[in-house]
Amino acid sequence: MTEKKPFKIAIASGKGGTGKTLLSTNLAAYLSQTRSTLLVDLDVEEPNDFIFIKGTLESVSDQYKMIPEWGEDKCTLCGICSNVCKYHAVVQLGTFIAVFKELCHSCYACSELCPELALPMQKHKIGELSKRSDGHLTFIESRLEICEEQAVPLIHQTHNLVDEDYNKIPFQLFDCPPGTSCPVIAAAKNTDYVILVTESTPFGLNDLKLAVETISKLGKPLGVIINRHGIGNNDVESYCAHNQIPVLAKIPFDRQIAKCYSKGELVYAKVEHVETSLRQIIKYLDETHGNHE
Amino acid sequence: MKPTEIMNEIVVLSGKGGTGKTSIAASLAVLAGNSAVIADCDVGAANIHLLLKPDFGKTFEFYSGELASIHQELCTVCGKCAEVCRFKAISFIDDHYLISDLDCEGCGYCERVCPTHAIAMYERKSGHVYISKTKVGSTMVHARLDISAENSGKLVAAVKNEAKSIAIKEDKQFIIVDGSPGIGCPVVSSLSGANYVILVTEPTLSGLHDLKRVHAVISRFRIQSGCIINKFDLNLEKTVEIKHFLEELQIHHLADISYDIAFTQAMTEGKTIVETSSPLKQLIEEVWYNVKEQIIIKK
Amino acid sequence: MKIAFTATGTSWDSMIDPRFGRTEFIVLHDEESQELISIDNWAVKNETHGAGTATSQKIFELKPDVLITGNGPGDNASGALKHLKMKIFVNAHDMTLRQAYNNYKDGNLKEI
Repeated sequence: MTEKKPFKIAIASGKGGTGKTLLSTNLAAYLSQTRSTLLVDLDVEEPNDFIFIKGTLESVSDQYKMIPEWGEDKCTLCGICSNVCKYHAVVQLGTFIAVFKELCHSCYACSELCPELALPMQKHKIGELSKRSDGHLTFIESRLEICEEQAVPLIHQTHNLVDEDYNKIPFQLFDCPPGTSCPVIAAAKNTDYVILVTESTPFGLNDLKLAVETISKLGKPLGVIINRHGIGNNDVESYCAHNQIPVLAKIPFDRQIAKCYSKGELVYAKVEHVETSLRQIIKYLDETHGNHE
Repeated sequence: MKPTEIMNEIVVLSGKGGTGKTSIAASLAVLAGNSAVIADCDVGAANIHLLLKPDFGKTFEFYSGELASIHQELCTVCGKCAEVCRFKAISFIDDHYLISDLDCEGCGYCERVCPTHAIAMYERKSGHVYISKTKVGSTMVHARLDISAENSGKLVAAVKNEAKSIAIKEDKQFIIVDGSPGIGCPVVSSLSGANYVILVTEPTLSGLHDLKRVHAVISRFRIQSGCIINKFDLNLEKTVEIKHFLEELQIHHLADISYDIAFTQAMTEGKTIVETSSPLKQLIEEVWYNVKEQIIIKK
Repeated sequence: MKIAFTATGTSWDSMIDPRFGRTEFIVLHDEESQELISIDNWAVKNETHGAGTATSQKIFELKPDVLITGNGPGDNASGALKHLKMKIFVNAHDMTLRQAYNNYKDGNLKEI
């Protein structure tokens, strides 16, 4: 008997500040009232889900990337390493070879092309994965160290770890980094469905279009949630209708939501219409998942 | 008089998204009118054009980073390239080695090890830079990235340099920069050469957190800064906390703006708040006046 | 003493370039020989990654005693430059090279 594969959902948005974190945390917490759920915060540069998700800390593990380390005694200062490095992460400064770990992409070229083997690759910590549990909810936070600039390797590692260790949790939500560039692609690549959170303003629409283009390039099915519905105009809805993109829910503009959020509280228990929206989203996702199986 | 003595570069930054940075930058651009050149360095989520209505008058292509490519007629299918590539960007499909643009990081390792020199590195086209006239008659430099291309310090520098040379040539008093989000290389690049930074924050846990991180970057470059607390009435306790932080670090407190849907209403009409009859108009005008004062005092 | 400037041009009347990594030129003034030489930093300026460390490498080859610049180098470049015994003066970005040099001589520039 083959094991049932988990349903992996990416929650993304073209720009920051549209309510991606609000939706991820509330959806995960609400789902976990009735079924086993995994929430993974992949917004590794600014992970914020922990503000809303309590629970007990179970484990923390360091994550690494490989970087070259200069072995002064073996080095003949031939200059090949600084020459091959396209990122200027390895530079020759007089009689010194400096390695700038944040700039290194771990391509191994300098290390393996060094004729003296004077630049062996070593582990370098780039972040931490922490695991928390709260009833049926398992929460993984992936956090990049300050000053580390490359989110992508850490996002890949987090996905691999989730595949290995949490394959039994049927419902998995991934809170993605904002934007439309490499980090969000890395975060959404390994999922089955993408939810884009937007707002019904011209800025929201502009960023939504970019996000849809990016996600389409990955060939993933996607749906939209309109946050702060009621302010702005109907252009987002027209755009979705015109491009046959399903709108999973419209969360009304409500100061009460913003107030709860600013204090770090979950919203659905306090604002009834949010709970209604969450129910709609889950119903939609269940039907979609059913059809895909 | 030398041009740089009269030219002032003002950068609007926020760290976190959704704080109203672009709406405020656009409002200042409208108030400054033709005395400023506008530079949109928030290239990942470029939005200011929706309010300033540039005409996309002049355009050029922008290249950033490199991309490997295999000349199939020279390739002996030895597979060394795929062996050394750590990004899984080279795959063997239908008896050919092919490089995926999406995965290639441009490290050039494959080019180095190819025995028949069948691999060459090319500059990666990553978008377009535009030089436009805005609806208020000022010049604006902005960019559009290709899908999945990344904003970079280089692109921000290109946009800013273009804006700067126009400001010098046309003898403009200000450059208003809509800065990049986050705290990475693009932000550092958007700060270089700046005279004043306007920080836009909001009273939420993440708002204050990001404000501190962004300010740490600014202070490294010893640039004077002021702060606008947007949506201040959302969480008065947090607002007080932010004000303490500003006092402590001697950041000029420019204004408190209430959580007002007038911003969104104006945006929906393609306008900035200063083009409406909202009472907030006067507040932003005061901010602009204060910022100008601050820069002049410093000089 | 050898004095290096980040500059937007190649003469004494050129302006200081406020940027370190992406400076247009590096200009070197040798106080003994009274020579003024300039290095075009075009190639580095157009690098997508690591402009700061690449420019540091160039500065290293010139071995100046003093560097005069605008905003000052970023973290990576600072890390590289500390391997060189060199004084760094900043905030000269509204000056020509000549003005910056005179201000440095008069002790008016800020050292980091």
